[in-house]
Amino acid sequence: MVVFKKPHALTDVPFHYCPGCTHGIVHRLVAEVIDELGIEGETVGIAPVGCSVFAYNYFNCDMIEAPHGRAPAVATGVKRANPDKTVFTYQGDGDLAAIGTAETVHVGTRGENITIIFINNAIYGMTGGQMAPTTLLGQVTTTTPYGRDKHIQGNPIRICEMLATLDGTAYAERVSVDCVKNVVAAKKAIKKAFEIQQKKLGLSIVEVLSSCPTNWGLTPEKALEWLRANMIEHYPLGVYKDVTKEAE
Amino acid sequence: MSKMLMKGNEAIAEAAIRAGCKLFFGYPITPQTELSEYMAKQMPKRGGLCLQAESEIAAINMVLGATASGARAITSSSSPGISLKSEGISYIAGSDLPCVIVNVQRGGPGLGGIQPAQSDYNQATKAPGHGDLHLIVLAPASVQEMASLTGLAFDLADQYRMPAMILADGALGQMMEPVDFEERTPRELPEKTWACCGHGNKREHNIINSLYIQPNVLEDIVKERFKRYEEVEKNEVMYEEYMCDDADIVIVAYGITARIAKSAVKEARAMGVKAGLFRCITLYPFPAKELEKLSHKVKRFVSVEMNMGQMVNDVKVATDCRVPVTHCGRTGGVIPTVKEITEEIMRLSAKKEG
Repeated sequence: MVVFKKPHALTDVPFHYCPGCTHGIVHRLVAEVIDELGIEGETVGIAPVGCSVFAYNYFNCDMIEAPHGRAPAVATGVKRANPDKTVFTYQGDGDLAAIGTAETVHVGTRGENITIIFINNAIYGMTGGQMAPTTLLGQVTTTTPYGRDKHIQGNPIRICEMLATLDGTAYAERVSVDCVKNVVAAKKAIKKAFEIQQKKLGLSIVEVLSSCPTNWGLTPEKALEWLRANMIEHYPLGVYKDVTKEAE
Repeated sequence: MSKMLMKGNEAIAEAAIRAGCKLFFGYPITPQTELSEYMAKQMPKRGGLCLQAESEIAAINMVLGATASGARAITSSSSPGISLKSEGISYIAGSDLPCVIVNVQRGGPGLGGIQPAQSDYNQATKAPGHGDLHLIVLAPASVQEMASLTGLAFDLADQYRMPAMILADGALGQMMEPVDFEERTPRELPEKTWACCGHGNKREHNIINSLYIQPNVLEDIVKERFKRYEEVEKNEVMYEEYMCDDADIVIVAYGITARIAKSAVKEARAMGVKAGLFRCITLYPFPAKELEKLSHKVKRFVSVEMNMGQMVNDVKVATDCRVPVTHCGRTGGVIPTVKEITEEIMRLSAKKEG
């Protein structure tokens, strides 16, 4: 009896991610949702610049690699040319909430029928642990060696809360993949986001609190503990916008 | 078909729609705004989409997405906006994607001015974005050519899988002339089997990207691309010669300046000076071989441009400086007059060579 197998929507290419990195979990959740909805052949994914830049090698659907921060604009182009296809972006915090903030906000204002999977691990991973827009106050990174100081580096940004204020955002939920219970909830949110896109209700975004053991300087287990102890307080989990609930 | 009186900017838009382009992404900037306004009016009526992006950067990346999924897409801007698009242009070139980009040039650098200029020649032909890359660069000199070269630009872009630019200027964009959207014979083009529009469970997944982390792999890909550029250079050069056969002094020009220069050539001829005009229609590929041939017959070249001297260097390289090559022009949005160019021809013809 098969109790577990790799989703079809993932290729056989081995992930390059560091041990303990949660990108692998989120990739699998997205792929499982694509499988369950039976949409692999009708889906186009957009990879970011950052640790998950090679996502185009891992997902079995058609994949486009966007310039840094521009995934929502690239997704807009794909979706407007192919309104009946499912289009998703997979972006990290630097990509989505710093260099690509304008593109992120405006897919919300336009209510683009795309889904954003947003990985928030409070750090720039690929370049080796610099401050992200979501880095917490006091958090030490290579570019905040004395801890992030709001008077110098400003404050961490809450994306779901911000996008929830936009009329074109249909669904915004923040989840975490620090424990089994939350992983299950994360999958449910990702599935809902894709379904909202299929119903053409507007932008759907799932922010996933993730860990970066390598650049946080922690073991994988301690990193998840740090996420629970520090990130969830600043980035509370929950649904920030759901137009299907409002309609009820 | 009867001719229509149109602005150059509108002619580009109409020609794009007739070329089967259903997607326009842009951002307002003078002096190209009529193009997006025409698209905004026409696209919804003709089954297309005109989307005003939040920025020039977003607009070019929407083009990237649309073309990556197999659709014809266009964006237009003017000089400062093209600088913003240069990141996207580089990615589009590095991903081997076709598209059409319009630059209705204005004076620079910086915010510069809003009057016509040709000071983005170097940007368009030398460094439209970071990395080793080329765009096909077409330089119309009339409203009619704004239309006909736009249709061609889409075909060339699709044929060679690279971006094509219409390098116009504010004068051409704003002027009104009769234009005939004659039946264009579209080229036979390869099927876009590489497009990312959903594999439908019928093929392997397509990937469009410009990242190659292994240096030798990246080098091979760039070299392959340059082989395609060689084909472009071999097959697609376009130019026009006017009274060059017996000419002593040949003006090299493109776009609006070429039209002014043509009048100057006539005036010089009337005063007994054997002047001619070589008008570049493609700026990349540059008509280097044709200029080289000409350099064996003429006594000098004058590159007339609305800038401080940019194309003049390409003329020097093409002709190996066999005869003197000098620059004559105005910049900052000032259009040279027929009189100014004629005087320069007369001054140079009176000069002893050597």
